[in-house]
Amino acid sequence: MSRRTIAFELNGEPVTAEIETHHNLVEVLQRDFNLTGARESCGQGMCGCCTVLVNGTAVSGCLYLAAFVDGAQVRTVESLADGDTLSPVQEAFIEAGAFQCGYCTPGFLLMATQLLDENPDPDDDAIRHYLSGNLCRCAAYPEIINAVKIAARKRKGATAPA
Amino acid sequence: MTEARHEVGSQVGRSLPRIEARTKVTGRAEYTHTMQLAGMLHAKLFRSTVAHGRIKSIDTSAAQRMPGVHRVITSRDIRRVIPEPYYGPAFHDQPILAIDKVHYVGEPVAAVLAADPHVAEAAAALIVAEYDELPAVFDEIEAAKNKVLVHDELRPAGTFADLKHLKGRKGTNTALDFKLRRGDVEHAFTTAARVFEHTFRTQKVLHAALEPFASIADYRDSGVTIISASQGPSFVRTEIARLLGWPENRVRIKVPYLGGGFGGKLYIKLEAIATALSMIVRRPVKVALTMEEQFYTITKHPSTFRIKTGVDKSGRITGRKCEVYWNGGAYADIGPRVTQKSGFTASGPYDIDNVWIDSYALYTNLPPAGALRGFGIPQLVWAYERHTDIMARELRLDPLEFRRRNILREGRPQATGTIARDIKLEAALDRVAARLRWNEALERGAGPLRRGRGLAIAMKAVISPTTSVANVNIAADGSIILSCGTVDMGQGSDTAMTQIVGEVLNVPAESVRVTPRDTDITPYDMGTLGSRSLFHMGHAVRLAAEEAREKLKALAREVGEPEGSNAPISDLFRKKYGMQAGNIIGTGTYKPDYVPPDPASGATPNATPFWMCAAAGAEVEVDTETGAVRVIRLVNVVDCGRPLNPKIVETQISGAALMQLGFTMFEKMQIDGGQVTNASLADYKIPGMLDVPRGMESEAVAAHQSNGPYGAKGVGETATFCVSPAIGNAIEDACGVRLTELPLNAEAVLRALRSGTDQPLGDAP
Repeated sequence: MSRRTIAFELNGEPVTAEIETHHNLVEVLQRDFNLTGARESCGQGMCGCCTVLVNGTAVSGCLYLAAFVDGAQVRTVESLADGDTLSPVQEAFIEAGAFQCGYCTPGFLLMATQLLDENPDPDDDAIRHYLSGNLCRCAAYPEIINAVKIAARKRKGATAPA
Repeated sequence: MTEARHEVGSQVGRSLPRIEARTKVTGRAEYTHTMQLAGMLHAKLFRSTVAHGRIKSIDTSAAQRMPGVHRVITSRDIRRVIPEPYYGPAFHDQPILAIDKVHYVGEPVAAVLAADPHVAEAAAALIVAEYDELPAVFDEIEAAKNKVLVHDELRPAGTFADLKHLKGRKGTNTALDFKLRRGDVEHAFTTAARVFEHTFRTQKVLHAALEPFASIADYRDSGVTIISASQGPSFVRTEIARLLGWPENRVRIKVPYLGGGFGGKLYIKLEAIATALSMIVRRPVKVALTMEEQFYTITKHPSTFRIKTGVDKSGRITGRKCEVYWNGGAYADIGPRVTQKSGFTASGPYDIDNVWIDSYALYTNLPPAGALRGFGIPQLVWAYERHTDIMARELRLDPLEFRRRNILREGRPQATGTIARDIKLEAALDRVAARLRWNEALERGAGPLRRGRGLAIAMKAVISPTTSVANVNIAADGSIILSCGTVDMGQGSDTAMTQIVGEVLNVPAESVRVTPRDTDITPYDMGTLGSRSLFHMGHAVRLAAEEAREKLKALAREVGEPEGSNAPISDLFRKKYGMQAGNIIGTGTYKPDYVPPDPASGATPNATPFWMCAAAGAEVEVDTETGAVRVIRLVNVVDCGRPLNPKIVETQISGAALMQLGFTMFEKMQIDGGQVTNASLADYKIPGMLDVPRGMESEAVAAHQSNGPYGAKGVGETATFCVSPAIGNAIEDACGVRLTELPLNAEAVLRALRSGTDQPLGDAP
């Protein structure tokens, strides 16, 4: 085992962490930064509960070695809200009732945000396929599909000319 | 007198978003699995590799030598601090770590403690155990023959009257045999126009909560605090206190949000081992499992159900005999309650004069089985509703009409003799039939793609008798805190309970706070299980709020406010105490009436305070060249009384149905010689986005539960009941294959399609 120091940007702030090279990103976020929105569940990259954005791309934080984020920009679910103001996707998930236990919700929120960044007006098929790598054992899937559509409308409304 | 901003009747019945919604969407909700305490050690478990064997030796020396390992623990160390380290809700049969023998592959044998969980995990892999292997039994029917015995002697917990007679019993794997005898079933068979007999089986599946099991114990001389992902903190407190020989007030159980439960996180799971380890090392200890380890912890009962039915010339069912064998695995957990509580509804939601039920809880050398969203009912419904459809086909009766002819109606006795009240069963069936346009012909498809449709109905009694207690605490500024032990694991109970408080005290539900579950503060509750909470805890919360309201009225009188005054609550406290001071605390306790079944006949005039009723319909398309089944429509209609939060009820219906869709179509723990061979989400698939049928319809029929809080009753499990047989019946309707065993995957369908043809499939590898 070997220790090293990594420096990266976490939710907009420059940070450093002392890590072992075998530590994954989720455990470093939890242990060193008290950010528990990204969570380990399946441990195999099958469920999406551990989703974290690294340089703008979603990764499975339970498989992604923390050493790899040295010099990178890291964003977690905790960065979606601006102070007390929720993002349109967060608001839409509440309006649609798109979660039950909430354990998988951060992963869905990040993936839905990334989906809408790439495709502002996704149809049912696009939503289903884009989010098929995230699992929800409470099976709030119909509500999640609905939430993504609500979020798409909210984001369009927010960017429409006054 | 209270702030009258809302009309009475405005709080229950509204689709209030979950009160914890912001916490969950900002990633701030706390779960045991992600929590840490200062100075905490992590424990990793070393598990048995054999299904049944005597432990010859456990060599922990290499693990103990690994740098960073704090200590390696076996049952010898555990017994120094807890001499009788056996736990369980029905039987005290499960050791904290294996003692002398192992009873299934995956049973915890030793634990490694280290500050770094990676070190603990690596060290656990260095432990070597040797076993004298013993013959093992895996199948429930084989287990019933008692040729291979899982346990030398039965150890009932003494909690349940109907298990006491099993104390010390030897030579058996049967942990409970429940009997129900009504009328003369043999006479019914001899006089019937037709008699049908089938055997159905269900497979072993897993809760797979996305937050795996986790507990953290912090043992001090003065007491132990346990943070745990538990659906039943009161039970955990009682059981840990018993193990330690302590009064309950020295055991404190704190429960944050649960990342799913589904019946898995009940009773003792990791709380006992975390406590024992913390006792030994005098530091906080966290035991957090991986997804793989969940497969070795608790599962759903596989079952075999032999069902025999006599039908007269008019299509009326005259007699039914049910033999149900529940595969409970190596430790009983709550299996004996499943055997009895589900057992007595094994004859289905039908009006049958002559019924014979035998329901057996069996030990086998498999990972233990317990409650999973339905407490045995989905296994039973799979059998009795496939059986119903097969009979209808043979009798050339429409499956809807055959059900209507025999359905249990309001005011008629269920098999126990209990008169069925507030059952909107037929109404639910009618709604499913209407949604499916059952009276119109179905487009049957063309070529290899064949379409079909199916129906099913079911009924479940809530587990009884059980108790719930709640406190409503009004502060001097008029704000309200509710303490209740119901654990919100996603079902929305906190939201519903605040709606009840808001309704009684005439305040907006969202202004009411719910204390986090903490047995030092939160009063007793039997457990968040079996769809009991909204009814039982809902009543307790209502009673607590009503008592607080009466105390407020008394306070108003005392300080000289006229009857019906609109003075703010804060003014009443100020007048009484001269400043913002004081509290009003209302307490409510609820336990419904219940009469235990007669041991010989299973008869009781009061089996349950309420019945959950469900109906489902499915339309499927079968690819007859591959066996693949596509569920085109899945309609679930339930009777849950009056929905107190219609949106949350809808998500409970669709969520339960989709979970059962996984258990129906593909989920199966593959087991080879007792070893689970697909213990990961890579190999054990649970439903994802792409599995959701395009036509997913959920409905609660108009209903009012006359003894329920505001007309409500439970709904968490109801929509699981009928999914499997509705789809199984639709597959038979589509392509004629008669499946009797879950799951209904492409292989099962193709095998059935090819059997009896000139192209049968070879044996499975």
